[in-house]
Amino acid sequence: MKFGILVFPGSNCDRDVAMVTRDLLQQPTRMVWHEESDLSDVDVVIVPGGFSYGDYLRCGAIARFSPAMQATIRHAEQGGLVLGICNGFQVLTEAGLLPGALMRNRDLHFICDRVPVRVEQTHLPFTQQYQPAEVITLPIAHGEGCYYADADTLAELEANGQVVFRYCEANGGVSERANPNGSLNNIAGICNRRGNVLGMMPHPERASDAALGSTDGLRMFQSVLSALVGQA
Amino acid sequence: MTAVSPTPFSPKEIADEGLTSDEYEEIVRRLGRHPNKAELGMFGVMWSEHCCYKNSRPLLKQFPTTGARILVGPGENAGVVDMGAGLRLAFKIESHNHPSAVEPFQGAATGVGGILRDIFTMGARPIAILNSLRFGDLSDAKVRRIFTGVVAGIAHYGNCVGVPTVGGEVYFDPAYTGNPLVNAMAIGLMETPEIVKSGAHGIGNPVLYVGSTTGRDGMGGASFASAELSDASMDDRPAVQVGDPFLEKSLIEACLEAFKTGAVVAAQDMGAAGITCSTSEMAAKGGVGIELDLDKIPVRETGMVPYEYLLSESQERMLFVAAQGREQELIDIFERWGLHAVVAGRVIAEPIVRILFQGEVAAEIPATALADNTPIYHRELMAEPPAYAQKAWQWSEADLPPCTDTGIAVQGVTRTWEEVLLTLLDSPTIASKRWVYRQYDHQVQNNTVLLPGGADAAVVRLRPQVGQTGDPASVRRGVAATVDCNSRYVYLHPYEGAKMAVAEAARNLSCVGAEPLAVTDNLNFGSPEKPIGYWQLAEACRGLSEACRELATPVTGGNVSLYNETLDSEGNPQPIYPTPVVGMVGLVEDIGQVRGQGWVAAGDRIYLLGSLHNITLGGSEYLAVIHSTVAGVPPIVDFERERRVQAACRHGIQAGWIRSAHDCAEGGLAIALAESCISGNRGASVHLPTLQERLDTLLFGEGGARILVSVAPEQGQAWETYLKETLGDDWQFLGEVGTSETPIQICVSGTPVIETALAVAGDRWGMAIERRLAG
Repeated sequence: MKFGILVFPGSNCDRDVAMVTRDLLQQPTRMVWHEESDLSDVDVVIVPGGFSYGDYLRCGAIARFSPAMQATIRHAEQGGLVLGICNGFQVLTEAGLLPGALMRNRDLHFICDRVPVRVEQTHLPFTQQYQPAEVITLPIAHGEGCYYADADTLAELEANGQVVFRYCEANGGVSERANPNGSLNNIAGICNRRGNVLGMMPHPERASDAALGSTDGLRMFQSVLSALVGQA
Repeated sequence: MTAVSPTPFSPKEIADEGLTSDEYEEIVRRLGRHPNKAELGMFGVMWSEHCCYKNSRPLLKQFPTTGARILVGPGENAGVVDMGAGLRLAFKIESHNHPSAVEPFQGAATGVGGILRDIFTMGARPIAILNSLRFGDLSDAKVRRIFTGVVAGIAHYGNCVGVPTVGGEVYFDPAYTGNPLVNAMAIGLMETPEIVKSGAHGIGNPVLYVGSTTGRDGMGGASFASAELSDASMDDRPAVQVGDPFLEKSLIEACLEAFKTGAVVAAQDMGAAGITCSTSEMAAKGGVGIELDLDKIPVRETGMVPYEYLLSESQERMLFVAAQGREQELIDIFERWGLHAVVAGRVIAEPIVRILFQGEVAAEIPATALADNTPIYHRELMAEPPAYAQKAWQWSEADLPPCTDTGIAVQGVTRTWEEVLLTLLDSPTIASKRWVYRQYDHQVQNNTVLLPGGADAAVVRLRPQVGQTGDPASVRRGVAATVDCNSRYVYLHPYEGAKMAVAEAARNLSCVGAEPLAVTDNLNFGSPEKPIGYWQLAEACRGLSEACRELATPVTGGNVSLYNETLDSEGNPQPIYPTPVVGMVGLVEDIGQVRGQGWVAAGDRIYLLGSLHNITLGGSEYLAVIHSTVAGVPPIVDFERERRVQAACRHGIQAGWIRSAHDCAEGGLAIALAESCISGNRGASVHLPTLQERLDTLLFGEGGARILVSVAPEQGQAWETYLKETLGDDWQFLGEVGTSETPIQICVSGTPVIETALAVAGDRWGMAIERRLAG
């Protein structure tokens, strides 16, 4: 069971993810430089948060052309697991692995906070350790996390059960007040049709170490672990 | 040096470089000839206050700078302290006030970029940023633009570069209307075995220029930073640099990688005065010379002349001295990160800075004349305190209208104590800064133990991020950090106010359970050429020195920003409050034992450590906000009591007795109580004993050495026994923590004087800044 974490020059959550997979979960973890194109040794590819190539053009717009992302696309096509967190989610939409786009937050400010999120799908390899409709609290930290897709795409996502996480009230209710960034349908994370590619704005790796106060995000990495071990 | 032909300058040309005619004569004497234009520019920036501290150096000499934990004191890019267990911490504070006044977003952003470079130049990975900010009144549209621009600029740079902004302070006062203060402090954990120093050595060693390209941006920023601001300053916008945090992120990684090869002999950030400053300081510190060829420097613009190369303050650039023969190894690392790295010169034996351009010598100056042996002005201290201070000291509490149990008449209108409390909670200086810190990524790097807003100081775990990583649970040590200065106190009494800034910083660290270790200071003052400005600076330095000695927190470096005055349209200087910001770091032995400021459980017992009485309304937030008066003698520091109270708080936390701790600062006991209630989402019922003083003094009076703590009832007896032994009578049981339904209730001598619903207080405090921005 090996994790590969992509490293763009502007990635800044790559080591945070490695702290979870390598140090907390004791799993083999390889940092994959953006110029590398061979991911055949890796079981799970994680595209971490940060600013990939500075994101001066559009978040993730350049990163999609990198050799490592081309390899990630091939990995996904072969059914391998891909997890994009924050900037990683933006990169996955730019690369066409996930539909829609992430736009400037509703109030145009960067937001760093801890928010309640409802787990909408628990059959995925990423989420099977959560209870259906469970409300967990995850950190967010983004300036461009407002999820947008056209009406047809959105309807399709909902109909296919591809909405995996939704911003909600502490009691699980979905409301505009509980929506930190203006995302359509309060979407915080989605997966592809096949369920092997997940993109999310919240940072599960920042809610994994008990010493920092929360382990709500750790179960996501544990889910992946048990899913793949079960498969093997 | 025939290439350097003598050129006479007009008095205006000399003044334009920020030099006086006496200084020009001194330059001619040192060179034995007239300087050329490029050389004149080099002297202009290097002899500015920003670079050579010509006004403040005699005053800075009195600071204590050594101690058992101090590994590097003032003089290098940053100070370094020993945190034990092989952990070494670099930290430093720096101002970017003038650029932020003119272009708030880029001014603040590049301020963050600059202080980060000071940290990683030493071989330390930046792990935290704090900010100390001052703005005018938010009712002014221009102030709102500066405020929102500065916050967005800090967020832009810090968030992208991937260093958490974990703490800080923000004050609002009309004194800062045209001249905001933007001080950024950075903290780093050493990653290289040796601390990287800046003194060049090894004759013949190559000098490498690394990082970004050089352009005309930020021309002469150092002299700009040392001049008073006027309406015409808006025309100085080219003096403000533009930052690229993505490039800086790559520069951090590349530099740390480069240092680990052992091929870097010395390194220096190119900050103020760019190439001029880095070459002359590196040469002067190493007792050698540097020859640099401008034709080798990567540029972003064409047609630049030596003057422009030498004075450019383009960001994200550094100068290295490399070990001869190993330059390619370093160049490869930088190119991997997409950065420039070129051999642009060499170390020479002759102690001069020699600049080559198009095959000729463009400038040649003794290095020490620029960086070491620079002018010093010993100014005369006023024989007695200035009239404004003497007048302010005559104020007494008897000048206020009388108090009753129900309230006080302010200009004929009776205001209840509850109204007064809510008004103070709504004062932007006291109110929640959530609107600010929510825009800063404060969790990146996965080490933030205490989040902003929840405690009196920030706490970050000291977990190495590369190399010897392992089980994160094995890392127990952390650093606590804070920035502090009540500048109204300093204005009213520079000596006492400066002492209190140090005492409060130490108290904030003690409130989270950390042992205060060392200080970096940022002296933001007006013009030292004016007698009052110099008196404020000199008196504040005396206070800082004494307090740092008394509290055993040596100064490891810092920054001086003078001439913080705005000229109005009539040309009258409007001085800021003298603001010596104290940045302090402390050691947390066990990150599992830190405490926040909010109540933790209903039924917990509330205590005040320190005196209920030794307080004053002089210089208080209550006096300024409710009575529109800035007067009186601010609180006087009692070091003996300060040390005892802080030690008791730290011990109480380590023993597991104390569950929350909060400093009583602006707004006094009533505000501290309300903040602990709001932060913990629990009310409280508190009884204060028979009056010795006015009711408003008891509730809102300010004074040092006072900490509000809560303790579980079952620990009460052990805790009180300890208090009697260590503090004697210098503590007080006040009452009990309630539930989320309980109001904030304060009784005095059995009579209720304040009862406020938690939600109402929380809304006033929580939304104060947003309401003013919306309006």
